[in-house]
Parts: sequence; structure tokens; C-alpha cells
Amino acid sequence: MREEWKNFKEGKWCEEINVSNFIKENYKGYEGDESFLASKTEKTGKVWSKCEELLKEELKKHVLDIDTDHMSGINAYEAGYIDKENEVIVGLQTDAPLKRIVNPYGGIRMVYQELDAYGYKLNPTVDKYFNEFRKTHNQGVFDAYTEDIRIARHVGLLTGLPDAYGRGRIIGDYRRIALYGIDYLMEQKKKDWDNLTGPMDEELIHLREDVSVQYRALDEIKKMASKYGYDISKPATNAKEAVQWLYFGYLAAIKENNGAAMSLGRVDAFLDIYFERDLENGTLTEQEVQELIDQFVIKLRIARHLRTPDYDELFSGDPTWVTCSIGGVTEEEKKSMVTKTSYRILHTLTNLDPAPEPNMTVLWSENLPESFKKYCAKMSIKTDSIQYENDDVMRPIYGDDYAIACCVSAMREGKDMQFFGARCNLAKALLYSMNGGIDEVKNQLVVPGFEKMTDEVLDYEKVKASYWKMLEKVAEIYSNAMNIIHYMHDKYAYEAGQMALHDTNVNRLMAYGVAGLSVVADSLSAIKYAKVKPIRNEEGIAIDFEIEGDFPKYGNDDDRVDDIAKEVLDKIYKELASHKCYRNAHPTLSVLTITSNVVYGSKTGATPDGRKAGVPFAPGANPMHGRDASGAVASLNSVAKLKYAECCRDGISNTFSIVPNSLGHSEEEQVENLVTLLDGYFVQGAHHLNVNVLNRETLIDAMNNPEKYPLLTIRVSGYAVRFNRLTRKQQEEVISRTFHESL
Amino acid sequence: MKTGSIDSIESFGLVDGPGIRTVVFLTGCKLRCKYCHNPEMWKMGKPNYTPEELAQRIIRNKPYFRRNNGGVTFSGGEPLLQSEFLIEVCKILKNENIHITLDTAGVGNGNYKELLSYVDLVLLDIKHITKEGYKDLTGQEMSSFLEFVEALNKSGKSVWIRQVILPGMMDNDDYLKGLNEILKKINHIDKIEFLPYHTMGKEKYEKLNIPYPLENMEAYDKEKCQKLYQKFMENYYGKN
Repeated sequence: MREEWKNFKEGKWCEEINVSNFIKENYKGYEGDESFLASKTEKTGKVWSKCEELLKEELKKHVLDIDTDHMSGINAYEAGYIDKENEVIVGLQTDAPLKRIVNPYGGIRMVYQELDAYGYKLNPTVDKYFNEFRKTHNQGVFDAYTEDIRIARHVGLLTGLPDAYGRGRIIGDYRRIALYGIDYLMEQKKKDWDNLTGPMDEELIHLREDVSVQYRALDEIKKMASKYGYDISKPATNAKEAVQWLYFGYLAAIKENNGAAMSLGRVDAFLDIYFERDLENGTLTEQEVQELIDQFVIKLRIARHLRTPDYDELFSGDPTWVTCSIGGVTEEEKKSMVTKTSYRILHTLTNLDPAPEPNMTVLWSENLPESFKKYCAKMSIKTDSIQYENDDVMRPIYGDDYAIACCVSAMREGKDMQFFGARCNLAKALLYSMNGGIDEVKNQLVVPGFEKMTDEVLDYEKVKASYWKMLEKVAEIYSNAMNIIHYMHDKYAYEAGQMALHDTNVNRLMAYGVAGLSVVADSLSAIKYAKVKPIRNEEGIAIDFEIEGDFPKYGNDDDRVDDIAKEVLDKIYKELASHKCYRNAHPTLSVLTITSNVVYGSKTGATPDGRKAGVPFAPGANPMHGRDASGAVASLNSVAKLKYAECCRDGISNTFSIVPNSLGHSEEEQVENLVTLLDGYFVQGAHHLNVNVLNRETLIDAMNNPEKYPLLTIRVSGYAVRFNRLTRKQQEEVISRTFHESL
Repeated sequence: MKTGSIDSIESFGLVDGPGIRTVVFLTGCKLRCKYCHNPEMWKMGKPNYTPEELAQRIIRNKPYFRRNNGGVTFSGGEPLLQSEFLIEVCKILKNENIHITLDTAGVGNGNYKELLSYVDLVLLDIKHITKEGYKDLTGQEMSSFLEFVEALNKSGKSVWIRQVILPGMMDNDDYLKGLNEILKKINHIDKIEFLPYHTMGKEKYEKLNIPYPLENMEAYDKEKCQKLYQKFMENYYGKN
């Protein structure tokens, strides 16, 4: 065995790249409570307070600084520091903290908009290069887009497509660098490349090219690390190096790419093995271990990407989705994978104040240790910074070494990647099915081949038949768009550094998404159980609806409408899955909007559920605001009915707000009840829950007096955000959501 | 088949018994308590649930009952007015091992024995300690209540006492002393709760066009209520 691996238990991982096997052979589960945790060190305090100053300045200017002389790249920037003598983990995206990268590979026009917004100009050499010689992803996409895709995009039937910026949602297995060192990873890629022989069809040529590019990217990572004085060609020899090596891997990813979500993966049990070894050797103390974690987390907190104001409106608060997956249990024995490091990572919310990043994601299982469940609940109540995802529904599909990208997207580390596909607007599609395929806001034909309905009262069977046909058409347009986007993304903005940290024969997922599920479910329910009369304009387009009588509403554990929601998901998934995907990707579907539910709503006319034109949708799979009137449990139960394994393997997001006093009188009671709520929800096969424990009044006060709440962090949909960084409209939408109270 | 009249179901109750509870509000009540915050449930409504239907709604929430004795609480209105219906519901729930709490003022139509045999916990509302006070506050005689207490004692079931504190009426030594005397008559008391009077029911009266009986009474302060409770527990409760 290699010297660097001394005291580790041998296994398959010594013969092949197999981090999962290394973890399972070596990790030590922890069943105790949080009493061992250490506070932040003086060094951490200094580094963090320096960051706090910079963050304040950034908040004022929105963007602190931009490097306009270089283009994104793994090794494109000189070394940069926050406070060199106090930093125990080093490495910044550019040569200064919070200074943002220009990434023109996704699209040069986007870059102009970004720079314009903040009064910067691109270095003329770079400008010339990208205008004259180098084609971008965005240009590629528009060279191939069909007319129907362009229209669907323009009217907002498809929104947020990654056709002008990085697709993200790819997690490199950054742990590989720590465990094996770069040289071994390069050797393995070389071997794979040598073995990729046979008739040179497009698929094989493509893969050979990929592997070559990956090989060079690994070398770049090594060179980048050497600028900071580290040689990462060999495995990490101790815990500090392990954290540092791993971070260099992640850093390479965020230097090279500007994907919406650049997630970290699952590092708790992995790093814990290194910490335990050094603690046993006596070369580290608990305080020093926490220092490494705190400083690592500081680095993750200051990752930035340059965005346009339009983008910010869609996803507010500069989210980077450095999603950090924590906990879970093993596949075979359902043994907890919670370690002391799971606690240490969550403890940064105490040591460094609550913050949105990294996106703390607890992989919840019935079999997690009781004391860990309680600690998570306690931290949720205190910080509103944690999301929970059900390990018991993901593990049977993804095994026990998967991690979450972005908000709810599971993938096996180093084995799966995904083609991110934003989402299509299900509510708009419903209106199209009544309005002859014409957009109700832009008054433009989007999907031909449909008749305008003229019925005075809408007929459920008729609407449903037309909607089903519409979903078939929407799926076709959507699928074509996705194939074009990812073909071009691979061609012009390939994530070489991240893909180098994947197996060569990677499994690809085509991640479709939907928005407006609760609006559609309630609309169809209204048409079925009440009397819905469209109010039409002169062109015969329904611009509003009159509803007579009551109808079951999604979010009250009422099968009559919850079944409609299930049926709609099932239908759209089947339609999407019937199309062949680029590079033989497997289709998946998410019910997730992030904060774009506000923008989707503003682009969509009035709907038959009584929602007025322009009013925000509920986020993700949430029931519409205020309509879940039977209490928290009934609301959760409705969402829990949506089928993860059958049709939504890319996740079902639910964001839940509860008033603290309703959760119990004492802290102990609140913790106990939140754990009970989480267990009760997840044991039914529900997938995801964002938990906010707060009062509406607090948010209203924070909206009007932002300076009083600089740290107020809340979970929106799939990510956490500082409340004061949301747009006014988004703040209002968050305030209008259901806050569950107990009676 | 016996059917029941349910006003509403709250799926996330945390204050009416242990753990997370599904709280079922049954319609109909003989009392007209001046501070009642559910006046819309006074009148017996139309039957809208079979025992099986109601039981299924409750069983649906079973995953949330597993810790801390969570379960169902029958409240209202006065659940004892629909005891035959509830007995059928309880039979089904007991097969599922669901913890059953009865939230009652003890004023039904008699025949409590069978229903109580299924119940795990009774939240018993003490309206007032004297016959006159009881009549004045609720519009009914105290005798029905005492009849229920007798049945409750025989059942041997655990009891949590609830006393709403109205300012000027219950926050004095005489009342506390009297309360202790009443409680001596009740066996198996495991917990006592003082609930400060609140005015949140007021709006409902306006909607229903009923004059609000305590128009000029202010809500009772939560902290004061807590202090009063401590005083009762230290100086009066269990003393001769």
C-alpha cells in the first residue's frame, strides 16, 4: 500500500478509482451528540471578518470587482488570498476575493450585458478573440434552434434554458484528487483513451476527444495548485492536504465554469476518515479540525459568478448552489453514514453565522441516529439554512455514494452527470390547450393544430383530452431544445475539469423540469368539480375565468385533486421519455422552480383555478399559497403522494414555513416536533423539504427594514438566500406563502 | 349506519394532547360558554362522515404519530354529543393502535362508559368551580359535568385538566382554592393546564351576527397566566 494511505483499511479502492469503497471500508459512524464541537479559532475569526467587510461592500455595489483581462479557465488566474497568514485553506477563483470571472464560452452577448450592468469593459484583445475567431455555445444553439423552439422560449413556455450560460449541475468527484493524486487520475484517463478503439463512429470519436481534453484539464489543475505552492500530483498525506486537494478540484470547476449550480458533492464521511487518522496520530486537535472545515466553508461561501440583471431576477441573491450533501445511510446494512464531520459542517452555521452557502443538504433516513436528527432540527429552527432530502427513496436508485446537485438532483459521484434542462410551464400549456395554441399574453401562435374552445362552461374531459395532446407537443419541442443545447454545450463549453473527475463511461441524465404543477392540478380540479366559465377577448382567447362552486384543492390531502397532480406528472414524463436523448441520456424530471415561480407567474395569464394573470405560481411542488387549509400535515401529505421513483427522479421540491410557536413552546418540544414531522413526511416516500421556522411578521419587518436583519437567511425553493437579497416582488411572494400554524 | 357531523379537521395540532395530533372538530354543543372561540360549531351540523371515512382520514396521518404518543384528538363542539358515532370510529382506530384523546367539557347525553373504554386520554375542561358560576358562564347546570366525572373516574383513564383563565374571575385565591376542591373529585390527573383567555374568537361572532358576550374583556396576559399556574401548583394543588 502507498505510504500516503498508511493506517487506512485496504480494499478494492487500492486497485481502482473507487472512493465509495474507500469510504465504506474506513469511515467511523458517530452516534453521539454535538457536545464535542469546537468554536472558531482566532485565525478563522480574522479571515471571516475580512470577508464580512468585503461582503458588505459587495452588497452595496452588487458586484465587488470583475477581472476583464482574462477569460475563465482552470489555470487562467494568478494566486489570490483573503488574509494569507491566517488562511489554512487557500485558493480563490481569481487573484482577489469576490472578484468575478468573465466566462465568454457560454455566450459573448451575455458577457456584454453583464459588464454593462456594472460599468465594466472587456479587454479589447479578449473581445476581438471571441468576436472574430471563437464561436460560443450560445451561437451554436441559435444556429440549430428551430422556429418553434425560439417561439416557445420567447413566450415563456420554456424558460431558464441553459443556452447562454453554463448548464452546471455537474459534480466532479473532487475527492478523487485527495485520495489518488492527479498523476494516478491522469494515468487512468490515458489508459481509458488507449482502450477506446474500434470503428470510429461519431460516438467514439467524441468520447476520445473528451478524454483527451479531460487529461489536459487534470494537468491544468495540478499547475493551478502549484501557483499556491502545492504539489497535488500525489495523494494527500494528511487531513489538511485532503481538504486542500479536494478544494483545488472544486476550485478548478468554478474557475472553468459558471453553471447555475456548481455543487460540491458528498464529503463528510470521506474527510472524516482523514480527520480521524490525524486525531488518532495526535497531529490534529478538534479545534484544528474545525478550523479546516470553517475555512473550507469560508471559501465555498465566497464563490461567485458574473450574472446579468435578468438572471438575478430569476434566481435572486447570487446563489451558486455549492450543495453539500450530508449524512445518509449505507446501501447494504442501512448503517448510518453520519460522522463527526457531518456535525462539523453544519456547525459552521454557528461558527460563521447562518448563510445560504454551502447549500446544506441533509440526506434524511429513518435510520439516521436520533441525536443527529435532533441536531439538524435544532439548527433548522435556529438558522433556516437546511434542506432535507429522502435518502430512503434515493438510495435504492442511486446507491450510497450519490450527492445532490443544485437543489434536488441526485447523481452518483463520478458516475452520473446531468444535462440540466430548466423547465417548461405546465400552466401555460393548459391555457394553450383551450386557446388554440395561442399565447394568452403575447397573442402569438405557439403550438399549431389546436382549436379555440368556445364552450360557455369548460368540460373536464374535453379540456383534459386537449391538454394531453398539448403536452405531447410541448414535450416534443422541449426535447428537441434540450438535445440541441447539450450538443452545443459539449462542443463549445465542455466542463473538462469536472468531467475529468468522472468515470470515462459516464451515465448521462437528461434533466427535464416542470413549473406550475399546483396551478394545473387546481385548475383541472375546478373544471371537474366546480363550474368554470372562461371570459374571452375578441379573438376568443380566455383571459380570465369565473368559478361557481367549491372544488378540492391540492395541499389538503384530498385524493380527488392530488390524483390529478400525479396524473399530469405521469403524462408529461411519459411524453418526454418517449423522445430519444442526445448521447443516450436517460430522461428524468423535476418539480422545481427555485425562485423562478415569480417570473413564470408574471408571464402567465389568469388560470381556471382562480389565480389572476401575473400572480406568482407556488414554488416547486408546493400547494398554492393559502389553499392548503387543513394544516401542515395534510399539506405535506399531498406533496408526499407525488411519485419520485416512477416519474420524478430529478426531485420534487417542497418549501415549508412554520411559525416557531406552533412547533412547540420550549426548544426541546420544537426540536422533537420537527423531527417527528420530518420522519412522518419522509417515511411516506416524500422526496424533499425546505424548512423555515419563522414568523411572517419578521419577514415583513425585514422587508421594510433590511438593515435590521443583515443575516436573516431563509430557504426559498431548493436554495437558501439572505432575505435582503431577494427582489421586492420575490420578498412579497415569500411573505404570501402559507405559514403553517397549529391550532 | 351511524354517521357523524364534522366541522373541520386540523392535521397539525400540537396543543391538544401529546405529540403531533390530528384534531377533529365535531359539531354540536349544549354549552354557550361566554368565551367560546368556536361558536360556529354550536349547532349540530348535517352528517358528513361515516365512521370508516373519518377513521381513514386519521389513519392517513399515522406516520406522524409514532413519536411521543401522537394521535387523534376529538374536539369540537362537544364530542360527547356524537358518542355512538365516535365509538364506531374508535373501534377502527384501536385496531391501528392509534392514541385517542377526547377534548371535552363533559356535557353529553350520558352513557359514557363504552366510549371512554377506547379513549387513552381525556382533556377535561373545568368551566367554573361553583354551580352559580358554571350556570352563568355556560348557560347550563353543573350536574351533567359531575355525572361525566363519575364515569371518567370509573374508567380509570388519564386526565389532563384545562382551565381557561378569565381576568377578574379566575385569577384570585378563592377561585384557586375552589379549583383544588373540584380537582380532588377527579382521579388520575396527570397534567393541569391554565389557558389564558384570548379574543381570537371575536371575529367569528361578527361573521355569525351573534353579539360577543365578553365585549369589554381584555385578553389575559400569558405571563400572568403562567405565574398564576405556578402559584396554584405550589400553594393550592393537592393541599387539604
